[in-house]
Amino acid sequence: MPTATSREAARPDVTPTRLRPAVLVGSVLALVVVITISTLLGAAELGWTRVVAEIWAQLTGGVSPLSTIEASIVWEVRLPRVILAGLVGAALAMAGAAFQGVFRNPLADPYLLGAAAGAGMAATIVVVTAPSVTGWIIGPLPLAAFAGAVGGVTLTWMLGRSAGGGTAVLLLAGVAVASFLTAIQTFVQQLNTDTIKQVYSWMLGGLNTTGWQEVLLTLPYIGLAGVVLCLCGRLLDVLAVGDDEAISLGIRPGRVRIVVLLAASLATAAAVAVSGLIGFVGIVVPHVVRLLAGASYRVVVPLSLLGGAMFLIVADHIARTAFAPAELPIGVITAFTGAPFFLLVLRMNRGRLR
Amino acid sequence: MSNPNRRRVRRLAAIALVSALVTAGCAQRADEEPAAPKTEQKQFPVTVTPPGGEPLTIEERPEKIVSLSASNTETLFAVGAGKQVVAADEQSNYPAEAPKTDLSGLTPNVEAIAKYDPDLVVLSDDADGIVAALQKLDRQVLVVPAAATLDDLYTSIELLGEATGHADEAKDLADRTRDDLDKLAADTPKQDLTYYHELDTTFFSATSKTFIGQVYDLFGLTNIADAADKDGSGYPQLSTEHILQSDPDMIFLADTKCCAQNAETVAKRPGWRNLGAVKNGNVVALDDDLASRWGPRVVDLARSISDAVAKASEG
Repeated sequence: MPTATSREAARPDVTPTRLRPAVLVGSVLALVVVITISTLLGAAELGWTRVVAEIWAQLTGGVSPLSTIEASIVWEVRLPRVILAGLVGAALAMAGAAFQGVFRNPLADPYLLGAAAGAGMAATIVVVTAPSVTGWIIGPLPLAAFAGAVGGVTLTWMLGRSAGGGTAVLLLAGVAVASFLTAIQTFVQQLNTDTIKQVYSWMLGGLNTTGWQEVLLTLPYIGLAGVVLCLCGRLLDVLAVGDDEAISLGIRPGRVRIVVLLAASLATAAAVAVSGLIGFVGIVVPHVVRLLAGASYRVVVPLSLLGGAMFLIVADHIARTAFAPAELPIGVITAFTGAPFFLLVLRMNRGRLR
Repeated sequence: MSNPNRRRVRRLAAIALVSALVTAGCAQRADEEPAAPKTEQKQFPVTVTPPGGEPLTIEERPEKIVSLSASNTETLFAVGAGKQVVAADEQSNYPAEAPKTDLSGLTPNVEAIAKYDPDLVVLSDDADGIVAALQKLDRQVLVVPAAATLDDLYTSIELLGEATGHADEAKDLADRTRDDLDKLAADTPKQDLTYYHELDTTFFSATSKTFIGQVYDLFGLTNIADAADKDGSGYPQLSTEHILQSDPDMIFLADTKCCAQNAETVAKRPGWRNLGAVKNGNVVALDDDLASRWGPRVVDLARSISDAVAKASEG
């Protein structure tokens, strides 16, 4: 067994930073602020002071100025939506960071291994066949999207293994599986052109119709994946140096990859199931974190988790308020706001890029 | 005693005679074929001008029509041109005798259409340059666009009637549709009610500017989607918060077939059980097809809205 000191010494070209407590506390506080503001303001103009009064009344058992319907807007619609946006953003961003680490590829994103294509195909099939299920705790669409995402990644993994198992092979298998599943999806869609609108409105992503149920269903996956990925930060740092070095340190790269990819894929599948295909979060947030706080995965994974949550809460806030009372697709917001912000960070850090 | 009896017999006989005449008249009208050649001579060649399109001169009565939109298929059958329709697109599920095929109206395929050797192709829009492609094959093409207003509907009914040799029936149908709608509107109690028309489970809706919105307008209802239509598309996606805050008096579901929605599923959505429409049982399940087409069956749609308004006004 390698000791901690030998591991530290083994990665000279990786910025050797731990996550500083001040940064962690600051990020958590920022997240709390974002959640609070997003809960106070929304598409329904309730007045933020009245929402504060409502929260105060709930805490102290006093009288609230909000009507029953207004209270249900805050507690049953707005708050769960904000929390879910945070969970989805956290899942996508940390999964993106993990994928980038495993594949040592800055362009890797959570959808790389066929999660999006699998979910899209399964969702399309459900929309087209329209199974009438009642009394399920969750609708058939999110269930299918979850199964499809997990199925897509599993297929890629099996293909990649049968062809050698290296990360490059896995990447190519992912591309092949994604094209294949997307082709099936397009074919099914073409046979049922009347359902195109429904499929696309799912694919563009959105949290408009979500509630506590979705929060409770995704929390176990995303929470577990978050713990696993944060613990794997050190291992990812070692992998970044190279497989041979990792093996010489007694780490089994293959096993680390399986654990990390499994956790990241489960988190992605859970996110996709409740929110559709929201792009850009998984790729931009880890890079912004890397540029601002350092490249060690012990920093990048937890801060991506927090940053992704913040980013998606803000994006969803814009989606539900910018054209209120109309909704915008959240995928449009993430790309529209994410890209310029990313460029800005790149410019600010010109000197620090290798 | 015998006198009133005889009178009753006479009255019965009169009723029988009148109804015989009426049904005879009906039978003749429905079974137009023998009378058709006489009117046909007057009607063809005919020049029709679709709204926003070029005038089209049709030399002879079309006998092999391909209809590529469900709404136009319904109208063609309603004006009595059903027997001339040889193929209808995959969406044309009404009336039952419509020759539904796997032709697509959204992504039309020229070869697949040409296979039916049509002398008239009726479309609702020029998707993928299909009109030019069909004209290259010397096929007559009539584009009858989606009706934006009720007047558009009457125009398109008459247009399809003229183009197929059923001008009189079409005129009659258009008048009847207008009268039926007017009567429904007049017979329905006018109340200051708000409504939400749901197109799918992501809360896309239709404003009062749309065709369906104008049907609701007949009953003086206020649409909660109007405030959300910033881009003027007529079909905004509403935020849940807006729907809840508006607390519409009535909720009309046009996603009962596509997405299996009903009053129960609506009541189970987070926060919706507190809405007046849910509490008072004013969540109305519409037929998706009726609510998304423009054809003579708009009267059926208006009738279900009228019933719902009457019920909502009572309680």
